Amino acid sequence: MINIEKLTKDFGPFRAVDDISFEVKKGEVLGFLGPNGAGKSTTMKMITGFITPTKGDAKICGESILDAPISVKQKIGYLPEGAPAYPDMTPFEFLHFIAEIRGFTGEDANVKVNNAIKKVNLESVIHKPIDNLSKGFKRRVGLAQAILHDPEILIMDEPTDGLDPNQKHEVRELIKQMAKEKAIVVSTHILEEVHAVCSRAIIIAQGKILFDGTPDELSARSSFHNAVNLLLETKDDALAIEAKLNTLSHASSVEHAAAGDNLIRFFVKPKKGVSILNDVNELAASNHWTVKELHVMEGQLDEVFRDITTSSSDAKGVQLT
Amino acid sequence: MNMILAIFKRELRNYFATPVAYVFIVVFLVLTGVFTFYLGGFYERGQADLQPFFNYHPWLYLFLIPAISMRLWAEERKAGTIELLMTLPITTSQAVIAKFLAAWAFTSIALAFTFPIWITVNYLGDPDNLIILTSYFGSLLMAGAFLAVGSCISATTRNQVIAFIIAVVICFGFILSGFPMVLDFFKSWAPQIIVNAVSSLSFLTHFTAIERGVIDLRDLIYFASFIGCWLFANVIVVDMKKAD
Repeated sequence: MINIEKLTKDFGPFRAVDDISFEVKKGEVLGFLGPNGAGKSTTMKMITGFITPTKGDAKICGESILDAPISVKQKIGYLPEGAPAYPDMTPFEFLHFIAEIRGFTGEDANVKVNNAIKKVNLESVIHKPIDNLSKGFKRRVGLAQAILHDPEILIMDEPTDGLDPNQKHEVRELIKQMAKEKAIVVSTHILEEVHAVCSRAIIIAQGKILFDGTPDELSARSSFHNAVNLLLETKDDALAIEAKLNTLSHASSVEHAAAGDNLIRFFVKPKKGVSILNDVNELAASNHWTVKELHVMEGQLDEVFRDITTSSSDAKGVQLT
Repeated sequence: MNMILAIFKRELRNYFATPVAYVFIVVFLVLTGVFTFYLGGFYERGQADLQPFFNYHPWLYLFLIPAISMRLWAEERKAGTIELLMTLPITTSQAVIAKFLAAWAFTSIALAFTFPIWITVNYLGDPDNLIILTSYFGSLLMAGAFLAVGSCISATTRNQVIAFIIAVVICFGFILSGFPMVLDFFKSWAPQIIVNAVSSLSFLTHFTAIERGVIDLRDLIYFASFIGCWLFANVIVVDMKKAD
């Protein structure tokens, strides 16, 4: 439903978005990841028609944002970064304004506004000026505005930024509820969010796509993917145990860290594509170690993220010097 | 059309959402009173007309209209709501027109509140009410011209104070260009056609023509095209600067 074709945006000599192409289908939730200034917001602004791309095009349900901006904008619900809203209006007035501009009148408008208010739990504040609302409520007003017309395409720029954990959870639940009938793009720099809501993730840095795949594929890139986390209570020397773990045929490397009185935590990384849990378990049993914890890790996303995004900036750094 | 109406209503309500609108109307009314009765010598003239009232409108508008127009776009850009507005299914022209009309409607409300002076002059004498009506019409047209400048300038900056000052300066230029002093300066060296061109750019030239009770097509075309040009520029400026 969303087709991004070679989208490029220059600000003067600075290329913010560099030849990005991707596709989002109905039912997909695309997580848009990247460090600050990577071009996430710029890309979203181009898809929603706020800024014009230097090159390339964004097609929404087959229609180009350049050729048919109005009809495309009707199909999109957009939550801009920071969820801007008119501070002097109440959420009730504001949502009615949005409903009117989206072409709903009379009872139809009331139904749409009430549905949106219910979905994001705004009931308690609908008659207070938006200016006086907490950050969480302001964000929800922005969300209500974006989903009011039940759009086929939902684009949200950092929808959970600055929210407390409960509010984050609510927003994620809301996104998951809506995911089936829509194509959703969510930008974030919170990595847990990817596993929590997204069916696909794209990492961009310096305007280029560096990764495009499922969240599982993303965590598979971690060197800690399928690694075994082992917590032992022992008075033995950590290095001695580490050496034993290293003898396992499937182990590629072992790290350890002190974890309190007589507790040592080991990370046993396996060779690619093999499971090492059984081997570690057997080794622990034969050595009569006191195992406090033993589990397989999914992989550390922040490590992958750092890996992917910094290696590209290093490359750039080399070019510059 | 519905979209224009929706934005128009929001903008107009926005003026009255804060005390600023009421303060503005009071200031406007007090100043028109001061200008008419003290500077204009309304009583001393002993004539049953509203010339001393209308004569000062260009000068009042010079400072008051940019105060109305300064927030139109600067506020949206500062608050980031311009991103919301411009990603709604409306064209930039619709937004520009709606905002302009809202500001213009607000100005006409303020102008309508000067009706006591019309009652006064009718009570005191027997004025030509048709002339008064055309003068009101001319004053409103001129206010529209000021607003179009102000709205365009407002889109160039996030800072309302800067928008105000630049709009005042530009409007001042358009008032001055009809002033005898300025025209004399041009007359001393420039050919008549340039003098005429400069003079015909002025609000004053066209406003005083309408104020005399004559609605000339040329004056209407002047104000209409003046507003049209500035709003067109406004659309371009919004498109260029909205994402900055």
